Amino acid sequence: METTNAQSNLMKGMVRVLSLTGISRPVQNSKDIAEKESDFSVNLRWRRFKANAFRVVLIGTVTLAVMMLLILLYEIIRQGAGWLNWNFITSFPSRFPAKAGIWSAIWGSLWVITFTAIFSIPVGVGAAVYLEEYAKRSRLGNLIEINISNLAGVPSIIYGLLGLVVFVRAMALGRSVTSGALTMSLLILPVIIVASREALRGVPNTIREAAYALGATRWQAISAHVVPAALPGILTGIILSLSRAIGETAPLILVGAVAYVAFVPEGPSSAFTVLPIQIFDWSSRPQESFHELAAAGILVLLIFLLTMNAAAIFIRDRYQRRLKW
Amino acid sequence: MSLYAASSARSRQFKEEAVKLLLLLCAMVSVVTTCGIVYVLVTEGLTFFQSVSPIEFLFGKVWTPMIEPKQFGVLPLFAGTLQIAFGAGVVGIPLGLGCGIFLSEYASDGLRGVLKPILEILAGIPTVVYGYFAITTVTPVLTVLFPETEVFNAASAAIVVGIMILPMIASLCDDALRTVPISVRQAGYALGATKLEVSTRIVVPGAASGIFASFVLALSRAIGETMAVTLAAGANPVLTLNPLESIQTMTAFMVQISMGDVVAGSIEYQTIFAVGLLLFLITLVMNLSAFWVVRRFRKYKSQ
Repeated sequence: METTNAQSNLMKGMVRVLSLTGISRPVQNSKDIAEKESDFSVNLRWRRFKANAFRVVLIGTVTLAVMMLLILLYEIIRQGAGWLNWNFITSFPSRFPAKAGIWSAIWGSLWVITFTAIFSIPVGVGAAVYLEEYAKRSRLGNLIEINISNLAGVPSIIYGLLGLVVFVRAMALGRSVTSGALTMSLLILPVIIVASREALRGVPNTIREAAYALGATRWQAISAHVVPAALPGILTGIILSLSRAIGETAPLILVGAVAYVAFVPEGPSSAFTVLPIQIFDWSSRPQESFHELAAAGILVLLIFLLTMNAAAIFIRDRYQRRLKW
Repeated sequence: MSLYAASSARSRQFKEEAVKLLLLLCAMVSVVTTCGIVYVLVTEGLTFFQSVSPIEFLFGKVWTPMIEPKQFGVLPLFAGTLQIAFGAGVVGIPLGLGCGIFLSEYASDGLRGVLKPILEILAGIPTVVYGYFAITTVTPVLTVLFPETEVFNAASAAIVVGIMILPMIASLCDDALRTVPISVRQAGYALGATKLEVSTRIVVPGAASGIFASFVLALSRAIGETMAVTLAAGANPVLTLNPLESIQTMTAFMVQISMGDVVAGSIEYQTIFAVGLLLFLITLVMNLSAFWVVRRFRKYKSQ
């Protein structure tokens, strides 16, 4: 027993010494290590090869992802660009592809998005102010917070079911712009709240304390200093969430927006269609020319979205650089 | 004029309390929304289960709510949904994780500044556009590769949903990997590890909980995805494992019913709430478990 113990200790010591000398050699000798002392080798050549191969695989992955976007955009432009003209934009939908257009869909989208903004911005920013400025680390605040992060993960079509029962039927708003906008508001509320809270969190406490020191009440400090200071971040979040609402389709189908609407909505209680639903309708038809119309509609939708995103990025970059504390 | 309007202490205090109450009401809207969703799904679902037994609903293998004899076995829809989620995972998880590791470990700041917005654009593209892409581009390619591909098929839908969840996985993985402190990486390099070894044996295990959670959240999103699968996968609720055949998902069924003229209160109308309830429960359990995993197994706090 004793001898084996001593032997194993000796072995361990030798291993340690050998490995030390092996590793402490200059790198240009790595070839020798790999070949001669294979038991304790670090086999750098193989490991470096693997590391490089991994890098290539990763670059391939990222390239593939970027390629997907390029192919997607290329296909849409290839199919849709030919149809995109003033006639297409100012015509109502039609059975004949040559006469069909997106006038009612554009106006429907604008109506829905305007009302969504009116409903969701005050409530969303208000909720964010409450959670960040009043209820930090309170039990109620925690409960609401968990609830919001769960709501953000609920599939959008479920909001459609809620809208269908509550707004369309129970509140008897019917299949109207208001029903659609209210449903959309609930859908994007978590996004607005999360983004606004992040912006409010970025406002340093010194701002609040300075206001208190001058005799401001809590609400005066918040309304005159904290919210204005956080405004660029809040605006960015609002624009991004509204751009999500513009592209959303499923909940509006459930609350009853229909594809064939040959008029511009006249008011909040009017029936409506939106761009994504028009695109959905055209994509689901078998004829090639309707697919091309869908591509043209997608181009218009993407131009909308890119403009909004560009605005958000512009606001973020311009104001966050100027306001540094 | 003073910025802080002078007024009597009493009226000021009243105003303060009123504002606080108003803001609380705003915050409560989200709680009311949750309660509303649960209430709507449960009450409408219960009416449905009065005429169809839950056993028949959950384990029945035939789904023909519109055709006589009406049968309400949700398994075909459930299997269709799983098939899409599985396919989307096969496409989206490796690509998303790869992009996440590249962004966090390999990309220079300049490259990151270019790649992040590209992924954000990819994430911001409406799902109906992905549906269009599946029909007009992916399915024709599949038809060339496998001539037996049907016009509507699960594979094309799964592929585009995979592309759709890619940016989400990439950015969540990127966030998770970035919580691992630089010092841990440097310790790895000091021991002579290569970049591959540091990335895959130190950083990825250190962020494992966040990475796993990103997979679960992305799959939950794939399950709730609606427009792309409605357009590309078809409306054929059958139990099949062949991805080249047409299927129907739970969400696609709900859209199909909503597009038609279904009378409120009829059994067809109630089915969308029963299916919606099931969908809600599945995604809720997945989302909650993702949050739980992050909370329970997180190694490093975000910096």
